[in-house]
Amino acid sequence: MKTMFAKISAIVVAATLGLSVAATGAFAAEYPIKKPREQDWSFAGPFGTYDKGQLQRGFKVYREVCAACHSMNRVAFRSLEDLGYSEGQIKTIASEYDITDGPNADGEMFTRPGTPADYFTGPYPNREASIAANGGAYPPDFSLLAKARAVERGFPTFVFDVFTQYAENGPDYIYSLLTGYPEDGEAPEGVEVPEGTHYNPYFIAGKSLAMAPPLSEDIISYDDGTPATVEQMSKDVTAFMMWAAEPKMEERKSLGFKVIIFLLIFAVFLYLTKKQIYAKLEH
Amino acid sequence: MSTIEHHGTYQPTTGLGKWMDARLPLPRLMYDSFVAYPVPRNLNYAYTFGGMLSIMLVLQILTGVVLAMHYNGSTAGAFTSVEHIMRDVNNGWLLRYMHANGASFFFAAVFLHIFRGMYYGSYKEPRELLWILGCIIFLLMMATAFMGYVLPWGQMSFWGATVITGFFTAFPVVGEPIQQLLLGGFAVDNPTLNRFFSLHYLLPFMIAGVVVLHVWALHVTGQTNPTGVEIKSKTDSVPFTPFATIKDAFALIVFFLFFAYFVFYMPNFLGHADNYIEANSLVTPAYIVPEWYFLPFYAILRAVTFDIGPLTSKLLGVLAMFGSIAVLFVMPWLDTSKVRSAVYRPWYKVFFWIFVVNAIFLGWLGAKPAEGIYTFLAQISTLYYFGFFLVILPLLGLIETPRRVPNSITEAVLAKSSKKNGGVTQVSGATASPDNKA
Ligand code: HEC
Ligand code: HEM
Repeated sequence: MKTMFAKISAIVVAATLGLSVAATGAFAAEYPIKKPREQDWSFAGPFGTYDKGQLQRGFKVYREVCAACHSMNRVAFRSLEDLGYSEGQIKTIASEYDITDGPNADGEMFTRPGTPADYFTGPYPNREASIAANGGAYPPDFSLLAKARAVERGFPTFVFDVFTQYAENGPDYIYSLLTGYPEDGEAPEGVEVPEGTHYNPYFIAGKSLAMAPPLSEDIISYDDGTPATVEQMSKDVTAFMMWAAEPKMEERKSLGFKVIIFLLIFAVFLYLTKKQIYAKLEH
Repeated sequence: MSTIEHHGTYQPTTGLGKWMDARLPLPRLMYDSFVAYPVPRNLNYAYTFGGMLSIMLVLQILTGVVLAMHYNGSTAGAFTSVEHIMRDVNNGWLLRYMHANGASFFFAAVFLHIFRGMYYGSYKEPRELLWILGCIIFLLMMATAFMGYVLPWGQMSFWGATVITGFFTAFPVVGEPIQQLLLGGFAVDNPTLNRFFSLHYLLPFMIAGVVVLHVWALHVTGQTNPTGVEIKSKTDSVPFTPFATIKDAFALIVFFLFFAYFVFYMPNFLGHADNYIEANSLVTPAYIVPEWYFLPFYAILRAVTFDIGPLTSKLLGVLAMFGSIAVLFVMPWLDTSKVRSAVYRPWYKVFFWIFVVNAIFLGWLGAKPAEGIYTFLAQISTLYYFGFFLVILPLLGLIETPRRVPNSITEAVLAKSSKKNGGVTQVSGATASPDNKA
């Protein structure tokens, strides 16, 4: 029975390997040229939480830089509460956005200031407009991007990821991309990039992308006095994007801890009971 | 075995109990099936997956029904409604992560359950129908999960559905009508999503129905056990409760620990990142990969790269894929060995473990691009997959010399514990009396 159990656990492990290869092995592609650089994130690990100050800084980067091209239309103003804003502050932020509403009693559509119940509006009326305005490339919506760009890790790394609880592929990718443009903006010797695109070895779908480096030193100024370096802004906006994609992460991890502890204790009790019951059987 | 009907020990004590027993003896059925029901005394943890599977089915149905209350089955609303569940519905993220990861764990458990059956010869006479019912459940699970994966309407949902329904066009004449019937049109679109939602809701209840038959058949033939010797005397068995109940419960909680780890800490590890991008029929993902549990079959499908006469490689690939599941159905008749359990079959044991490793390897290949060395490896692997069933199983039974099979479960158990205790045993009832063999 012991050996059978050992074998079963061997299969479980092997199966986990197999299935995770499946999950991860799929993108053994040539891109990205460079693997995302792993960063320390406050939200990583079993007890990870978002850093509210960082989220607020990231939100500022989003609003003042990225929002010129990128929408984020699955996030409601009310959820900014998670960033530590008060009800009044949220109302003010929301009111700065124009919301198309209607039709009114006369059958006309009209524009009104946003309320906390509304959702972020994007810079373009629709996807086609955003593509037309960006030289044929679609600036993706931010709501889920940090989860949608989880770069595959490949064998055997993904196996270790199960044990180290590595789930920050998305943020690492975005951070690496934002900070990964060559300093001089030039592609390396002998590498041709299509007209209107910018070389970036971290880009998931090619050697260059249509977005020019969006950040430069002191392009914004932080309210809390943090120096606005490209690294700092990249990190902050990435953390903000992770929150936008997975706002319930803190709740999930803290509930998870309780559930695991409960299951562990329950398992010990069941095991002891089982031993006692089976003791009657032993000759 | 099969003595449940006769030696029913259920004694209703309360008035209501007696009243029920005379009219609809449901409590008696429950008692006889899950309390007094005799199980072999030597069952190990490999036998606990059946219980887990029943619980997982219930869990999928419960989480699914609540998800369906918030889900919108239209191409315009599906993706948004799933995000609404994730962000706004109370504990919606939990329901959805449990449901999505639950499907993965359901499959993990069913694979282990099937391997257990193959190792201990559970498919053999008199359990052929029990085995076939299990294979039907497996098929229904695959259909359910495939359609469920389309519901969130992400890029992989859409393109996976496009690729998989496309297989049907490989069949001459009937292929295209079947595909159009599945899709409700010529391409994956709103009618497809609607009918998949309807079927995704229906099939789990059909699974539940087949599970009832599966358990019924099980309770007629009784369980196998690691020795492969049937229960012959009273000392061979123990009552289901408390013995099997407590062991199943412990195993279930350990299983739930793994499950919870993924749900709470790595909820997207088993999924595909592209499914967080809304479906778009104009943008094809770089790679289209099915969920991990389909990968071995996907590898078999793509391993066939050659035509045979008028049969195209596409058709042959589809036939090979369906064939890889069809062989499971006839496994009881492919195995010619008189010995049931692999414990006493030195060669079968080796081929079995190679089969397991090969199946995992096929899964790995299924995630690789179908080109170059991968195709070649997939062909070798596919060959072993079918060779195991069609060549090794029939031949091995004829040429293998099995080890001595114990006369009874009790004898095997005592021999084992005497080895553990240093050889001194008093043999009590070790020689099974064949008199009460039902
Ligand atoms: C001038 C418009 C513009 C601004 C400002 C801008 N982006 Fe982009 N972004 C784009 C376009 C266009 C693309 C699509 C690139 C492509 O697919 O080639 C893009 C793509 C991206 C991607 C996705 C890359 C991928 O993997 O597909 C990320 C992440 C991103 N931008 C982050 C940001 C962040 C963070 C900011 C703010 C600091 C920002 N962008 C500001 C235009 C912009
Ligand atoms: C055999 C049991 C079942 C299996 C294996 C299964 C499997 C799946 C899978 C793989 C998904 C996709 C999850 C994702 O990636 O988001 C899904 C989604 C869904 N399922 Fe099921 N399911 C089962 C039972 C049910 C039942 C009984 C219902 C409803 C009554 C249901 C309702 C839904 C709904 C509404 C969705 C879409 C929401 C979502 O994607 O999370 N499921 N299912």
